[in-house]
Parts: sequence; structure tokens; C-alpha cells
Amino acid sequence: MNKADASGFVLAAVARLITGAQGHWKGVPPKAEQRIYFANHQSHLDWVLIWATLPADLRVQTRPIAAADYWTKTPLKHWLTREVFRAVYVERERREGGPDPLAPLVAALEQGDSLVIFPEGTRSNKGLPQDFKSGLFRLAQQFPHVQLIPCWIDNVQRVMPKGEIVPVPILCTVTFGAPCNLRPDEPKADFLARARGAVIALKPGIAA
Amino acid sequence: MKYLLSLPATQQVGLLFLILFGGLLLVSAGAVFLAMRDKSPQDDHGLTRFAANLRALWVGAVVFWLAWVSGAAGATILFAVFSFLALREFVTLMQTRRADHRSLMLAFFVVLPVQYVLAGSRSFDLFTVFIPVYVFLAIPVLSALGGDPLRFLERNAKIQWGVMVCVFGLSHAPALLLLDFPNMHDRGPFLVFFLVIVTLAAQMLETFASTRLRRRPVARQIDRSFGLQSWAIACLGAAVVGGLLSWITPFKLPQAMVMALIAGAAGTLGEFVMTALKRDAGVNYWGNTGQVTGAVGLLDRVAPLCFAAPVFFHSVRWYFQLKS
Repeated sequence: MNKADASGFVLAAVARLITGAQGHWKGVPPKAEQRIYFANHQSHLDWVLIWATLPADLRVQTRPIAAADYWTKTPLKHWLTREVFRAVYVERERREGGPDPLAPLVAALEQGDSLVIFPEGTRSNKGLPQDFKSGLFRLAQQFPHVQLIPCWIDNVQRVMPKGEIVPVPILCTVTFGAPCNLRPDEPKADFLARARGAVIALKPGIAA
Repeated sequence: MKYLLSLPATQQVGLLFLILFGGLLLVSAGAVFLAMRDKSPQDDHGLTRFAANLRALWVGAVVFWLAWVSGAAGATILFAVFSFLALREFVTLMQTRRADHRSLMLAFFVVLPVQYVLAGSRSFDLFTVFIPVYVFLAIPVLSALGGDPLRFLERNAKIQWGVMVCVFGLSHAPALLLLDFPNMHDRGPFLVFFLVIVTLAAQMLETFASTRLRRRPVARQIDRSFGLQSWAIACLGAAVVGGLLSWITPFKLPQAMVMALIAGAAGTLGEFVMTALKRDAGVNYWGNTGQVTGAVGLLDRVAPLCFAAPVFFHSVRWYFQLKS
């Protein structure tokens, strides 16, 4: 086991100790197929939580998206995202006439990797997720054979609210829903609304 | 009996575990045979519940064995981990707000370790007052510094309750293990065993009596099965069980019965209180039912112990005037 694998192992163990990291596979079984997981985004921990929830064989082929400017700034951040998580780097700023910002994602999917994306684009802490960005739609168009799995990450904003550094142990769950793939001739706005609805529908109610 | 008492304490404890695991093996084997018989769906439901309880018993027995084998430090760490998991479960279902983050950090990363270090080092005077006196002040101060007045009292009460039940209460189990009786060295495991068996007996008797008696519940909104008669039966039953076990404890027969009565009463009442807390949080079990973000239901299992252990510990310590 090399240094990156060992760090990943320790990180996943810590995440499980702090949050429980329970995966509820409601709509799909945890199978090693090529998938795009899309989830609500409330905290920096979101990715770590999904990653810790996945079984080991899914973990090695599932990659996060990281903002290149932020996650390559210091050697530690760069090493963590590159070696441990095998992140796909994207440029946050879209330059006129520059390369397509989705190109790295497309390349990763062509390699056969699975991705975790947060289609809101930014962290929100107002309960329900904001409207989804169109990137998800374009990926769904280009890769119709890849399953699109909606996920709801619950409670994680309480573990580490924006601005705090030390996480507090509170149990979190990730609920994985049924695949939500693009229907033939479905318009962009309809698909994005349906995808957002599929994520919200997974939110657990408090009453048992 | 004379021969047994003449053995060194460690061998006696070893024998105790041998009997415990042997008994569990027999009961488990019996359960397997029962499960193979034809039965009505109602029996089946009862059997499932029985199996769950049996599993919990196995886990409990293994935990106590580990606690004994690993010595003072190991036992303290083991219970500290349980405290951590229980508190995590408790806090999950309590609606805390952003401003509580610092007080929660204090509870998990300062109060919990310090309390168990105090238990492990046998500083029982400070151990007793650390949470009720010092932490009681520190938590609301940190919360107030968070600057959020909304439902301030409620939020702090919840955190303090969590710390009291999951940390203070549970930390008395390893403390009991380390409590030093004159002429009773290394026999702490017997006291913990006594406490656990007595509380468990009270709990089981309570459930059994309430299903048989079918009396009016005292507080229907909270617990449909909790009645005064069944509770009294449970306490008396605990006293009898305690009397039967008095030979493994430093107590005389009447002392053992009274101590068992106290522990049984505290445990069953504690469970009743936890049911009220669960109703308030809107769940039936602390564990995960698939609907709620929860855990394994550890708190369901340890709650009676969390209430019984401190009451038992301090009764023993006060009555026998133990200084350390």
C-alpha cells in the first residue's frame, strides 16, 4: 500500500467515525458500473462523504471534480486531490474562445471512470438545492449509456458549517436513487428540473 | 462454594465469563432449534425480537470480556468509544444550530476525553463534579459567544442532556470497574456484571409484566406499555436477582437487594425518560429505520445503563464511604 492509498484509507475511516457515512441504496445496488452521481452540495465534506460511503471497488473508479485554481494552489491540496482522490480538474472561469470547460469530464468518462458532480455549482445552505447548471444535461447527451444516479446527502451541513474547520460528529447518510437518464427529445430545462426533483425526492423525512 | 471463593480474583472473574458465555451458547442453540419449528406469524415476530435482544447480549458480553481483559486503560478507552458513538447518535436527532458548533466541539473533543481520563486515573472526586459543575457553565458560555439567541435555552439543554446521559452516565461503568473496595482487589468486573444483569433483568421483567398485565399506561402519549404495577414488579424482580447474585459482590444479602432495587428502578425509569426524548425528536428508535439519518440503535441499548450506572456508583460509594 503506497502513501496515497494509506491516506485514503485513513481519511475514509475518519469520515466514517465522524459521520457514520451510511449509504442507502434505494434506487440502485452499489455495482461497479460506469455512473455519474449527482448530489446536493452543502459542504466541503460532501465529496468525502460520498466517497467514504462507496464500497472499495466502486471507490477506485469514482472521481470528484475539483476547481483547478483552488485545489492546485498548495502542494498538499494538489497532492490530496491528484493522488488520493484522482480528481478531475476544471477551470472555474470560463474564458471566451478557451477550451470547453467540460472537456476534462468528457475525457474521464471516455476512459470509463465514474464521476461525482454537484450540478448546483456552488454550496448552498438554504435547505433545498438551487437550480442545476446545464453541464449535467450535456454530459447526459454525450454519454447516454452512463447511468445518472441522483443522491441526497443529509445532515452534512451540521457536521461542518461554512467557516468552521473542525468537524463535529453527527451522523450523515447518502441516499442513492433510481437512475435518472435523459429521455429521447427531452428539452434541457425539463431534464434539469426533473433531475433536481429526483434529488429532492430522496430527502429523508424526519417522521418515521 | 467455599472452593470458588478461595480462588484468586482473576480466576473467579475468568470463571464468571466462562459461565456467561456458556449460558449464552446454550440459549443461542435453543433459539436456533426454536427457529426451525413451525410457528404462527405472531410467534415469529416475538422470536425476531428475541433474536435481536440475544444479539445485543452477545455484543454486551463480548464488550465486558474485552473490558476486563484489556485492564483499566483498555476498559476506559472502550467505554469512551461507546460514549462517543452514543453522543453522536443523540446529537444527530437533536436540532442544533450553527452557533452550537463550538459547544459541540467542546463536548466531543474536550469533555468526553477528560471525563474518561478522570475515570481511568481514579480521580473520582473531580470525576463526579467535572461535568455537573464546570462543563455545565462552559457549554452555555460558548453557545452565547456564538451569538444566536434563538431557542437558546432549549439548544443548551439538549447538549447538556446529551453530555449528562452519554458521557457522564456511561463513564460510571468503567469507574465502577476501577472502584476499590477494601479486601476486594481486582473484583470490579463483578460489580459491573452485577449492575448489568440487574438492570437487564428489570428491563425484561418490565416488558414481560406490562404485556401480561395489560393495565392502563401511566403516560399513554409517551409509552403505551409503561405502567406502575409492571414497574414495581420489575424493581422487586431486580431486587430478587440482586439477592441471588449477592455472593459475587462485596455486599451482604440485604445490601445487595437494596442496591439492585436502586439500579433496577433507575434503569427502567431512565429508559422511560429516553422514550419521552425519542417522542420529542419524533422517532420510535434511536437506530436507523431507513427514514431517519441515524445509526445502529446503540443508544437504545445503553440508555438504561447510562441512568443506572451513576445512581448505583454513587449509592455504593456513599454507603460504603469509599474514598477512592
